[in-house]
Amino acid sequence: MENKEAYWQENLRLIFICLAIWFAVSFGLGLLLVEPLNAIRLGGYKLGFWFAQQGSIYSFLGLIFWYGAKMNKLDKKYHSEG
Amino acid sequence: MDELKLYTYIAVFGTFALYFGIAWWARAGSTSDFYVAGGGITPFQNGMAIGADWMSAASFISMAGLIAFLGYGGSVFLMGWTGGYVLLAMLLAPYMRKHGKFTVPEFISDRYYSKTARIVAVVCLIIASVTYVIGQMKGVGVAFSRFLEVDYDLGLVIGMVVVWVYAVLGGMKGITYTQIAQYVVMIFAYTIPAVFISLQLTGNPIPQLGLGSTLADGSGVYLLDKLDMVVTDLGFKEYTTANMGGTLNMFAYTMSLMIGTAGLPHVIMRFFTVPSVQAARQSAGYALVCIALLYTVAPAVGAMARFNLMNTIEPAAGENLVYDERPQWFKDWEKTGLLKFEDKNGDGKVQYTANAETNEMVKVDRDIMVLANPAIANLPNWVIALVAAGGLAAALSTAAGLLLAISSSVSHDLMKGVFVPDMSEKNELLAGRVTMTIAILFAGYLGMNPPGFAAGTVALAFGLAASSIFPALMMGIFSKKMTGQAAVWGMISGIGVTMLYVFQHKGIMFIPGTSFLGDMGANWFFGISPNAFGAVGALVNFGVAFAILKMTAPAPDHIQDLVENMRIPTGAGAAHDH
Repeated sequence: MENKEAYWQENLRLIFICLAIWFAVSFGLGLLLVEPLNAIRLGGYKLGFWFAQQGSIYSFLGLIFWYGAKMNKLDKKYHSEG
Repeated sequence: MDELKLYTYIAVFGTFALYFGIAWWARAGSTSDFYVAGGGITPFQNGMAIGADWMSAASFISMAGLIAFLGYGGSVFLMGWTGGYVLLAMLLAPYMRKHGKFTVPEFISDRYYSKTARIVAVVCLIIASVTYVIGQMKGVGVAFSRFLEVDYDLGLVIGMVVVWVYAVLGGMKGITYTQIAQYVVMIFAYTIPAVFISLQLTGNPIPQLGLGSTLADGSGVYLLDKLDMVVTDLGFKEYTTANMGGTLNMFAYTMSLMIGTAGLPHVIMRFFTVPSVQAARQSAGYALVCIALLYTVAPAVGAMARFNLMNTIEPAAGENLVYDERPQWFKDWEKTGLLKFEDKNGDGKVQYTANAETNEMVKVDRDIMVLANPAIANLPNWVIALVAAGGLAAALSTAAGLLLAISSSVSHDLMKGVFVPDMSEKNELLAGRVTMTIAILFAGYLGMNPPGFAAGTVALAFGLAASSIFPALMMGIFSKKMTGQAAVWGMISGIGVTMLYVFQHKGIMFIPGTSFLGDMGANWFFGISPNAFGAVGALVNFGVAFAILKMTAPAPDHIQDLVENMRIPTGAGAAHDH
């Protein structure tokens, strides 16, 4: 394939963005900021509690599929499928 | 035979017949079939198999019970055991699939050009997997003895025979297809009762929404608010805010479970079974879909089980259950010793409070919550029978995955990789089957005579994987220069620190009385509990490895080329032998 280094750098940037979100929704909203967030309600859920027990899991799912789709595009761009 | 027993027999033996049929159909003919299912599993099939592999008796039976009693504190298990898949999908699975070998120690051996590294990795893998498998065997024994009313030992033997048939016959190929069936059984068994209970309590059939809904009794009060009120009235911590050992401890605990998940070899191995790098990324996503189906329902199961339990014992404030009028499920579980009542004030009624002096429910084992849940909620007998089959599927599927990880590390990494490199494929396949048989007998023996450390097994397994295997794999991919020497010392010091910390608080190999610092919060390092210490062990591992790397020459050029090659998906053929 052409330009391995550029491919790897784009991949690293993508991983960094995904892991920042991964950290923010679980450790951030679910643990560190849980108290202030609990003042906000989402139906019967306190918001911090919801992130810890539901929201973070849905976010993880979205992240993995988004990353997969972005990487498939990157593989095509750099002719690196297979 | 009563109706419940008849249904239970039908559900349990019906599913067993299904597993055997699949095993015969998918029997392994080559080492590639045996170790990586021939490499032809589709991402969605692999996702279901990972789901079954991953979700053990602990996930199925214990987790909702833990959440029921810990409330918000139980979130560490939910986030920890799902968040690890984000790490797997981005940091490990695609690159290890590209490298394309059969086992995790083999990857470590190639990347770190060292037999020592391979042996250290095998040792870490075996300790982590064996400690984990004992728990599964116990789960099988308990589930059989409760549902089929046979001896614990006999139940365990039945479980061993079932696993033996399909694991030895089919290897990874048989295990994969059986796990797909087991996943389907498990997920139905878990969600059907949850849907019924959610419908009963809130009128909403979707448990994830039911947990955030108002009660169906017309009061307009939210379920979680009512639960908070009921438990705080009795002196327990508020359900939705109850913390577990402080924020730092919960932080470390979640992190340990996440990186432990990403470092457990029986899960990583499953990514070798798909045809391409793209498929490896995708199957991590499908795996999390399959897992999330259970893990997003679990908080509802936990909260609703707690709610129903509290309501049964105290239907209205100050109006307690009369012991002689206790329901059938109460009597059934009293027989197992997992539920115990003591009439302390002699009024013949049940008082369940947070105060140890007045509390009369002297034992409420957390593990009964999922299994007893359908009975507590008065669900039909076929649902209860289904839960029995699901619990067994959860324990058997994880046991099979772990046993394969153990036997392949012995037959492929130690025998073929280190001691008898010129073994023929036919002999290696035979060796795989023999080591699998020995591993099952060994696990069964430990299940019958659980050693002192069985109680702490999950903590140890996750701590070990988090502090040794995950950092070694990650550094191998993301640092081209990382050397074998640095990685080996990293693994040893990471595991060492973690084991030392666990043992100093829990006793050496968990033998009571040998802990030299005592299992008390006051002695914990910044309040971090032994179960959560894997995250610190991983930091030590990274720190030591990079310090040694700074002092020595970087990895040789051909290894740096190998890493570069690993980072691009082009040319990932079938997973192959040497």
